[in-house]
Amino acid sequence: MFKSTERKPFQQQDTAIYQASTSSHLQYPHRLNFYDKPPLFDVTIEEFETCALERLRVLAEIESSAARNRTWEESKTAIRAQAEKHLVLKQNSAKYDDLDGQRRKDHLSHFVLRLAFCRSEDLRRRFVKAESTLFKVRYEDDILTDREAFLNSRNFNTIPVLPDEKKKYESQLYSLYYGKNETERKAAFEREKYFKVKWTRVPDLVEKRRVFLNRGWAYVPSQEQSSIIFGEYENQLEKALELTARLLPRLDEDTRLIPILNNLSQGFIAGSSSEWMGENGEGTCGEEIRAEMIDDMSKRHFPMCMKTLHDRLQRDNHLKHFGRLQYGLFLKVLGLSIEEAVAFWRKSFSRITDDKFNKEYRYNIRHSYGLEGKRANYPAKNCLQIMAPGSGEYGCPYKTYNPDNLQSALLSTYSHQGLKAADLPDIMQLVNANSFHTACTRVFEITHSSCGVKKGDGVNGEHVTHPNQYAAHSRELYKATKGAAESEDVAMGP
Amino acid sequence: MASTMDALSPEAMLTFYRRLYPFKSVYGWLNHDHMPTRQWTHREFAFTLAGDVYVRYKSYNNADELKADVCKLNPSRFEIGPVYSARPRDKKTVRQLTPLQRELVFDIDMTDYDPIRTCCSEANICKKCWKWISAAVKVLDESVREHYGYEQLLWVYSGRRGIHLWISDPEALDLTDAQRKAVVGWMNVVVASGQNEGMKKVNLRAGTKALPPPLQAALDTLLPYFTSIVLEEQDCFGSEKGYEALLEFIPDVKVADSLRKTWSADPTKPSASKWLDLKAEVKAKDRSQRAPLMHAMEDIILHYTYPRIDAEVSKHRNHLLKAPFCIHPKTGRVCVPVDPRGIDSFDPERVPTIGQLLGELDEGMVVEGEESSPDSDVQRTSLAPYVEMMNKYATSLMDLKRKAKQDPDTLAW
Repeated sequence: MFKSTERKPFQQQDTAIYQASTSSHLQYPHRLNFYDKPPLFDVTIEEFETCALERLRVLAEIESSAARNRTWEESKTAIRAQAEKHLVLKQNSAKYDDLDGQRRKDHLSHFVLRLAFCRSEDLRRRFVKAESTLFKVRYEDDILTDREAFLNSRNFNTIPVLPDEKKKYESQLYSLYYGKNETERKAAFEREKYFKVKWTRVPDLVEKRRVFLNRGWAYVPSQEQSSIIFGEYENQLEKALELTARLLPRLDEDTRLIPILNNLSQGFIAGSSSEWMGENGEGTCGEEIRAEMIDDMSKRHFPMCMKTLHDRLQRDNHLKHFGRLQYGLFLKVLGLSIEEAVAFWRKSFSRITDDKFNKEYRYNIRHSYGLEGKRANYPAKNCLQIMAPGSGEYGCPYKTYNPDNLQSALLSTYSHQGLKAADLPDIMQLVNANSFHTACTRVFEITHSSCGVKKGDGVNGEHVTHPNQYAAHSRELYKATKGAAESEDVAMGP
Repeated sequence: MASTMDALSPEAMLTFYRRLYPFKSVYGWLNHDHMPTRQWTHREFAFTLAGDVYVRYKSYNNADELKADVCKLNPSRFEIGPVYSARPRDKKTVRQLTPLQRELVFDIDMTDYDPIRTCCSEANICKKCWKWISAAVKVLDESVREHYGYEQLLWVYSGRRGIHLWISDPEALDLTDAQRKAVVGWMNVVVASGQNEGMKKVNLRAGTKALPPPLQAALDTLLPYFTSIVLEEQDCFGSEKGYEALLEFIPDVKVADSLRKTWSADPTKPSASKWLDLKAEVKAKDRSQRAPLMHAMEDIILHYTYPRIDAEVSKHRNHLLKAPFCIHPKTGRVCVPVDPRGIDSFDPERVPTIGQLLGELDEGMVVEGEESSPDSDVQRTSLAPYVEMMNKYATSLMDLKRKAKQDPDTLAW
């Protein structure tokens, strides 16, 4: 892609390689881009990385919109706002903007991300989905004349339906034609131009029976033309990504780019927009807990039982029913709103399709928030319930783990919060005496010693009786000492 | 004489595979060519063996290899899957095994009609309920040809109470999963609503508009079936449960209540006259109120007669479907190809069973000195016309492929 032989200073770029335009003096005459030509100009390594990061922010917003099940209009507003900040792309009518500069950045960032996200099927699928959503938003926002000019610059291999043919199938075509009222619809239909394409190019219209099919040809009115274009865009991008994936190992590269690309794709895998938006200061607003913050919070504030569930969820991308119930209710009481809860579970269950998630899990999440079924406000389970026999694999770790496993689990979970091997005998003695909640309390004291908690202080002077009590107090302590101790609580503030 | 039990014994199955199963014809049908191509060598086969053992990812270089393996493992049945990017039998060693091609398939099963069947239930099937299948075949066959332009259709009786459709046009083979899902969405009108038995209605029209053209056409085909199956033979509304299901479709509460009143006095009144009662009620309404009721009547006809497709089978390329000419393990009947034009006169009870076929083989003992080849074996049995049908079909596929090779432009789109 960036072969030195092909490099040319950007200013002297041959305009012919971009979609040629009759009237425009711009290098990039159109706001929309199918990205079929790679950028062949010099870029600095900083520009390479920063423009990609900024595009990533926009894509992150798109993914999280999908995860939050926003409507198309809501998503569009959110995406537009994010794009306004990071990836401005003005209409041709905006005379005083650096249109070429904006479009060049758009062009470049798209191709950098292609390099980063072509590596696995999962990444490719997500990238295509996010990019085509972005394209759709831009397409719908485009001014009509700009859009027409863009469409005319490309050949979509459609066959126009001649008036004779339109006449022949008039009744069928008309019955599928949409319009506000009968007279308007009739008039609009008379003016409407139809295209013929193989039905396989417009599967979405076919599935909803919105086009007339005749021997394998779909008759698409120009008001539904976008379906062909979006299909084409996705198709081309998919193919291009597969090609890039195959060529990537042969990238002629001097170890400067690979780390950047790895870093970019890592961010996308983690799927947490907080990592990408860290410096934006989002998520600072008071008490609200966002889906992206849970991972950090689990490391700092969760008792062993909930930390275990969280880790298991992250590892397997799944939890069984009772695990979901227990952990979900805990998060609810912690203060996670229903929208954030849905977003959190959607992200965590990354290996299942949207369809399956909506069918099988969304209802249960809403149910536990009292929004479905008998609409009961279910409380989170307390320690007694978690310790009760029969809670099996989701029980209290202090009770169910065998001593060796418990000790290594404690060390790996809490050593970053100051728990040392020397503390273990103390804890194990309590465990052996079947005093599990005291053991948990002791762990709380040790891990919160940096906030001034001493042995015997307990959780606000009490034993642990409820995982939410543990977590809530832990958060309070951190908040209280945050200013003084310059806490590394990133998720809680910038 | 051999009883059914004996007929389904492993020995009988083995004889069937050795002497009667038309491996060559099946090969020609899947391969579209005389020489083995990827369409054969990269094709997945899966066997069901004794004791519910299921073996997947088998593949073969040619028809003889398949035959040898089938005779060695003697499966109770075997299934055909997609063409993969590599040989399925190398699954453990290749990096990726993705399904590339696959016939577009449809599966219609009588069990999906259970909520509206009154003659038999579950695994049973009689001539009366087969009529639903023949209505389904007519509608589906017409739609696939007219709307999608596919011409290479093979209908196969599933051996008990259903029918499969395999579409082998090159474009159909190449469809992606998303495109298959679109076809299913287009075709489906009556959908299984999940665990709770029963089927739910699909919203067929946008708002108060007329039916989309393809369904309007289907409606015309289905109307005579509705009268003869639903109103007469099955008498679907001839019980309280039956007519309550009908009344659920009526949007006008007054009409529904007045009908309920009339019918509850005589719950077993024949369906045909109940249908007339409904018609009379609708006629009595003035224009503005009549339209939704007319729509409801159309919906009822579609709900009771439109093909009920098992959507999951069609949606994914990697779904396996039982191969033609296998023996149905319960009935012993051969899964034979069916001519859709003669579907009305097709009688599942007259499809040859394995016992019958082996009996026919025994009767005409081999004459001394004459070679016994599989072909001539088949000729002596009532399987012959079905194999002949398959061969003709396979030949037409090969011709099509040869023509496409000579003139690649015709398929450029």
